[in-house]
Amino acid sequence: MNDEQYKGYRGRTREVLERFGARVWGDVELESDGCTFHGIILPRSETADADHVVLKLHSGYNVGVHADRIRDIREVGYKKAHYQIPESEFPRDDSKPDVTLLGTGGTIASRLDYTTGAVIPAFSPGELYGAVPELADIANLTTRKLFGIFSEDMGPHQWKTLAAEIGVEFEKGASGIVIGHGTDTMHYTAAILSFMVQDPPGPIVLVGSQRSSDRPSSDAARNLINAVHTAAYSDIAEVMVCMFGPTSDEFDLLHRGTRVRKMHSSTRSTFRTLSARPLATVSPGKIRTIEENYRTRDMARKPRINPAFEEKVSLVTYYPNMKGDIIDALVDNGYKGIIIGGTGLGHVNRLLFPSIRNAVQRGVHVYMTVQTLWGYVHMNVYDTGRYLLDLGVIPAGNMLPEVAYVKLGWALGQSSDPEEVRKIMLTSISHEITEREPYDGYIVLQGGLPEVDEFLKGHLL
Amino acid sequence: MTLSTGDRTPELEWGRDNRDILCAVKTFTIHDPSFYHRLGFKCGLEVHYQLATEKKLFCNCPAVIRNDKPDATILRHMRPTLSELGEYDGTALMEFKTKKNVTYQLYRDTVCTYEMDDTPPFPINTQALEYALTVATMLGMNVVDEFHISRKQYLDGSIPTGFQRTGIIALGGALSLRSGKKIRLSHLCLEEDACREISDRGHEVIFRTDRLSFPLVEVITEPDISDPYELVETSWRISELLRATGKVRRGIGTVRQDVNVSIKGGRRIEIKGVPRIPLFPRLVHSEAIRQFNLLDIKKELRARGITADNLKTISKSLTRTLKHTRIPVLRAALDRGDDVRGICLCGFAGLLNHELQPGVPFSRDFSGRVRVIACLDEPPILFHTDDRDHLPLSEEEWKGLRETFEMKSTDVVVIVWGPEIDTKTAVEEIRIRACEACDEIPPETRQALRDGTTDFERILPGPDRMYPDTDSAPVAIPRGKVEAVRSALPPDPARQEESLIKAGLSEEFAGRFVRMAEPEYVEAALSDPGVARFLAAMCVNHFPSLRREGLDPSRIPLQTLIDLASLCTDELFPPSRIRFALQQICLNPAMGPQDFLVTLPDPEEIRNKLRESGNSRRSLDPEPRKRAIMGEVMRAYGCRVPGTILSRLYEEINHHER
Repeated sequence: MNDEQYKGYRGRTREVLERFGARVWGDVELESDGCTFHGIILPRSETADADHVVLKLHSGYNVGVHADRIRDIREVGYKKAHYQIPESEFPRDDSKPDVTLLGTGGTIASRLDYTTGAVIPAFSPGELYGAVPELADIANLTTRKLFGIFSEDMGPHQWKTLAAEIGVEFEKGASGIVIGHGTDTMHYTAAILSFMVQDPPGPIVLVGSQRSSDRPSSDAARNLINAVHTAAYSDIAEVMVCMFGPTSDEFDLLHRGTRVRKMHSSTRSTFRTLSARPLATVSPGKIRTIEENYRTRDMARKPRINPAFEEKVSLVTYYPNMKGDIIDALVDNGYKGIIIGGTGLGHVNRLLFPSIRNAVQRGVHVYMTVQTLWGYVHMNVYDTGRYLLDLGVIPAGNMLPEVAYVKLGWALGQSSDPEEVRKIMLTSISHEITEREPYDGYIVLQGGLPEVDEFLKGHLL
Repeated sequence: MTLSTGDRTPELEWGRDNRDILCAVKTFTIHDPSFYHRLGFKCGLEVHYQLATEKKLFCNCPAVIRNDKPDATILRHMRPTLSELGEYDGTALMEFKTKKNVTYQLYRDTVCTYEMDDTPPFPINTQALEYALTVATMLGMNVVDEFHISRKQYLDGSIPTGFQRTGIIALGGALSLRSGKKIRLSHLCLEEDACREISDRGHEVIFRTDRLSFPLVEVITEPDISDPYELVETSWRISELLRATGKVRRGIGTVRQDVNVSIKGGRRIEIKGVPRIPLFPRLVHSEAIRQFNLLDIKKELRARGITADNLKTISKSLTRTLKHTRIPVLRAALDRGDDVRGICLCGFAGLLNHELQPGVPFSRDFSGRVRVIACLDEPPILFHTDDRDHLPLSEEEWKGLRETFEMKSTDVVVIVWGPEIDTKTAVEEIRIRACEACDEIPPETRQALRDGTTDFERILPGPDRMYPDTDSAPVAIPRGKVEAVRSALPPDPARQEESLIKAGLSEEFAGRFVRMAEPEYVEAALSDPGVARFLAAMCVNHFPSLRREGLDPSRIPLQTLIDLASLCTDELFPPSRIRFALQQICLNPAMGPQDFLVTLPDPEEIRNKLRESGNSRRSLDPEPRKRAIMGEVMRAYGCRVPGTILSRLYEEINHHER
């Protein structure tokens, strides 16, 4: 109880609050040297210093008052904030498809938490309806909160649970599944679900936001609207990521789960399909297909759920001067699989050869991908590549390093036989390895070129 | 009943004593202070000054205004979000109803992903923080111990994030007016500036991001100002103090002022974007009168038995009723396939023509809402049946209208046109405004128009739109830092003004000098009272006219001016030459006063010439003799010797000779 009263306050500030009988959420008159403040005492962030008491003034502004300068605090009222999204019942319309939203802890709709500065997700259909009423025009929404964690805390346990729950929801008759997800590791989850859930009857759409939903400019509502529309109506029965195409509020792109990657730390248009084209664009009420080759919707089809995962797998990006001890350490620690993100066509320096040889001899499965992200591994072009092949390193085609990582975990979860694992790894299940790379699979416009500047002038970014 | 300042009656009553207030409706005449005291007039100022930093507040972009073609654009939309206390703000909801497509213009080299809301803020600009501390201490305010950045929601699109990052840097303090009255200061904010609006038509609004995130300080006073005269003085006082710091930007667009006005029984109304101080009196006068008249309308509605609860309104499409109309805008709308829609406000007859502000009827309060919220902005925005001059309906159309709404002579019908989705919003907003008329003056932000009247801009936002910025950590401000800033403060211009008056400048002249001049000129004048008058004349008279000629007087080195001042006291540098010298130095700052001096022959030589000339004219009377001698000598020197000097030398000789 005491802790709740002094939430986040410690040391000197806590002493001062106790001395004057003041508490968090108290509406107070606070006298400091030369100034009287009228406002509500807010909880203190645990990462902030222990010197200042935070007040929300009646004007709405916050200020911090140094503990040493506080002369008196008088509580004149008490006003605890109730974080609440306006909630009303999500209307049901039998003529509309059913969509299930599975929550993992992203910020699709949210409210603020003072202490950590985090946003608390709004999640029940009623809360979502309050925040994004447009959803009711699209589908009947059911929501299930599976976890409440940050994107970076997602891992094998959550992936397995998600895969199983997707199976359950399709079994229950959902037309499509939307998964609310933090964006940082969204592409890992998209990739592993592409392997764990095969032949889904309808769309499985991962969605998140780059600007949290507590701000008016958030991309969250638009992404969610587009994702729910995709889940409800799209003919593409694959695992997809639905996020902003351009940074403008224009349309979302549907990216294939195995070819998508987060490419920018903050911009809205961060997700890109690499070495291929995205599946489609989606804007409110409209899906425009780009890639014709996809698995089509068939609600009678039973998905095959295969939630296997071996956790002792690592992803190592090679850098010049990397020493063999990095590889040795993984082997000594019992790692069973290593994905190397090699330079260029798939290379590491010769100093690593003994360690790699040792790893393979001790039964570790070693696969090569490229840290250039775009393009294929070609290990026959240079001697280094050929030596690595001789050592038993297996090229993973144009599988993205992160995709190769989750796929190796999945493969090793099913078998430890090198041939069997190799077969799983190199048989493309969901376009993670493609036979060919179209020339427009790699388009990174170079700013500064006159023709690019001209293009940017005439188009929304 | 009479109106006294101490009167606690919640609203004004009609009476003989208010005759002059009624008369004031027709004019912009600013009355003497007692008039406003009787109205219970109160106002407070919010003044924004851009800080003269090199970079923006939360990113490393240079703070520069762009007038060239933008390099790229982005499109965004705004949605209201919850405040930390879990409520939606009224303004936020209003702005959401408008459903605007917001386009932002970008410049590659002065706008980055921060302004585009594509990256979180960088650590706050320390130069801006320091400048804000200077402003705070200059105003005698108490600097906060810890600066917290909040987000203040703006859904009009003027900021791509949808909120302005702002925080209180200081509180309290007061300004003294000449009368001795104190105007208390509420708080000082350090915040980022918003975009510049380029255009706003229908649902399309375009903003330019150049100005976005310029550091600003906002000075907010308590509503202690009780007449327009005090308002002007307060505004000048803030201006002179801030400019004296040398830390604020100067020039067009760098200062923006808002004023909050209320009268007794009225409501706080914010008038936004007052460009110049001299416009204040008209605007606040006009707003005070508007509130008075709105209270009058409310009383009239009550007398007619109309309340917000029982107000009857009917809205219907008039597309069929007016299908043969010849009124050009309606004709064009129907031909486009747009909707024409009417709303009947039962019992409102006569009120929409009621003059609220000088020359402005009550109907503007309705058209403002339609323009902003329903995005219907084709002039005249609306028609109403009390204004038949502008609504020349045929007999048949009148009949149709009356039948459609079962209209009585006590009713009024307001007509709007445009896309149906917008006309529906429009009639709903008209209904809401009519309900408000029965109840109270709606809290609004109103835009200042050049003619001294105001128009609706948005619903006045409340504290519900503020929440902490989770992207930035609080900044502790050590007392030592505040003390350091305080000890380096420039002098108070009011004190300087007093000293200049003591040095012999007139009150008016000293005041204008201190307000108009850069601080270093005033300091130079104070440290050498001998040059004070000269420097003041430069800054107050000469510099503005040089600027009008397209010259830049700031190019003239201060020392050059001081040198000029000492020469100017001598007859050697006639005032007519000063102007020429200033023009030349503006163009070539390396020049000095010596380059413009008349090269004077040796005085003894002049004396000899005067004597020679005099010897041949002994017979003349003194006056004609002097004229003749001086004329001859002057011609001999080709006018290089000023008349004053010749005259003085002539008198010396004659004096001796006598």
